[in-house]
Amino acid sequence: MKKSKKVLLLITILISIIHLIPFYLLITVSFKPVDDLSSKWLPPDTLYFDNFTNAWKEANLDQAFYNNIVITVISVFLVVFLGACASYPLARFKTRLNRFMFLFFISAMIVPPLTILVPLYKFIVDIGGLNQPWAIILLHVTFNLPITIFLFTGFINTIPRELDEAAMIDGMSRFSLFFRIIMPLLKPVTVTVIILTGVNVWNDYQFSVFFLQSSESHTLTVALSSFFSQYVNNVGWVAAGSLLSSLPIIILYLFLQKYFISGLSSGAVKG
Amino acid sequence: MKTEARAQISFAKKSLRMKKISSPIWLNIMYLPALLLFIMFIFYPFLRGLQISFTNWDGFSQTYDWIGLDNYKRMLHDPNIGTIIKNTLIYGIGSTLFQNVIGLAYALLLNREIKTRGITRTIIYLPVIISPLIMGYIWYFFFQYDGGALNDIILLFHDKPLNILADPQWNVWIIMFVNTYQYLGIAMVIYLAGLQTISRDFYEAAQIDGASSWQQFKHVTLPMLMPSITINVVLNLIGGLKLFDVIVSLTKGGPGYASQSLSTVMYKYYFASMDAGYAATLGNLMFVLISVISITALIYLRRKEIAG
Repeated sequence: MKKSKKVLLLITILISIIHLIPFYLLITVSFKPVDDLSSKWLPPDTLYFDNFTNAWKEANLDQAFYNNIVITVISVFLVVFLGACASYPLARFKTRLNRFMFLFFISAMIVPPLTILVPLYKFIVDIGGLNQPWAIILLHVTFNLPITIFLFTGFINTIPRELDEAAMIDGMSRFSLFFRIIMPLLKPVTVTVIILTGVNVWNDYQFSVFFLQSSESHTLTVALSSFFSQYVNNVGWVAAGSLLSSLPIIILYLFLQKYFISGLSSGAVKG
Repeated sequence: MKTEARAQISFAKKSLRMKKISSPIWLNIMYLPALLLFIMFIFYPFLRGLQISFTNWDGFSQTYDWIGLDNYKRMLHDPNIGTIIKNTLIYGIGSTLFQNVIGLAYALLLNREIKTRGITRTIIYLPVIISPLIMGYIWYFFFQYDGGALNDIILLFHDKPLNILADPQWNVWIIMFVNTYQYLGIAMVIYLAGLQTISRDFYEAAQIDGASSWQQFKHVTLPMLMPSITINVVLNLIGGLKLFDVIVSLTKGGPGYASQSLSTVMYKYYFASMDAGYAATLGNLMFVLISVISITALIYLRRKEIAG
């Protein structure tokens, strides 16, 4: 019994080490100068920080960080707000129309945005949204709404209707009831939505590379990819840039992982 | 007297207002903004894409000709379409298979009382939050020809390094592997959540009946996990079949068409070859492929759920 426990412990440690290999390589590469031809497995002799400062300057990361933050924050806010609003009538009034609407919204989950790339691109150009933050924000919001509506509707279903009725007898309108009573109750699932959407938008490459082509509008992934094709041989710079742009989301995740995982798993298993 | 009348009036007003406000139709305006976005950015472009696929539009001009089914005929005779579809299926079905088998194994292991299970779970989940494009670059450092981490090991035993990312035999599987590595954590978490919903009583009953641990897994764990299996399979299929970023960062779809998927080749036809009509056709193929495969899987697995 004792022995098998030890074996299991050993297995988990081994698995952890294997899964950490890519992260280890990322760190060693980012701290070595380009003329350091030693194996990537070896840690750097001295910590070489120039990759970080050069990558930051060459890839114009301050602009990219600024764009990423603006786009992510506004998209997340709109997804939460519009998603919660849409879910309330869908969860509370299950008329035939609303049941259809619910299916319509969540069926979009299986439409990968890439399959409609060509017409979408044309449409964005036609409405003057190319290289504009507002256009990509609206796209992020639209494509993150299905899962958000799915999670919010499921959650509102579990809030007793009596609560609504009691509030209305006290003279509250449906709207203030929604904003003052239902919205605060949605907090746990809202945290999940914020993190899910936040990660999606922060990391997005597919949309950003199509719709944000001018260098002032570049987000982190687009800045890194054009940086990579320009300096293929300078892996140190790419590694440093990649590390820098992942750091905020890694730190956020380590702080919020408890909510992230519990929200994700409860939402997924309930659905 | 006066106050009573006033109370009555206000009550009447209130009930009138309540009738109006509690009317569901009226409240449906709350989903109008979302609906509007859907129609503008999903529904309308989707229909427009159907239309564009029947034209020879180059993606930029104001004019284009209606060419009927020519793009679809061209697709059938495209010498590369076989490879592209095969790759798309490998990315989709291959990663789904590995993510589920390994994800389930990890969940079973990390559901036990092991001291390190918390940190191990975090480590396995960590790649999920990294951008797939960046994940591709990180694995590029591992697989790259010149000074790659893998070749450093190979050179210890062999005298020549492997150019594995340029090898059509291998690079498709490498891309599938990276996608599996990245999203293993989601499968694991969903299985862990599913495992926690299974009551211990079932296992105790099975033990009394003398079931071996394999029999317990087969007759208790697996049927009870069916809902988690459904979610994982459908999510992984959709994710893998539309794979884009990792391919771009590891091989750019090359050499030639060797590791292209429908999504990367669509991008190529639209932006590099100015062949938007054909790109839209491939987009429609991708849509059909993904919806047919994921809906079939969904229906099949849902039936199993009920039977189990």
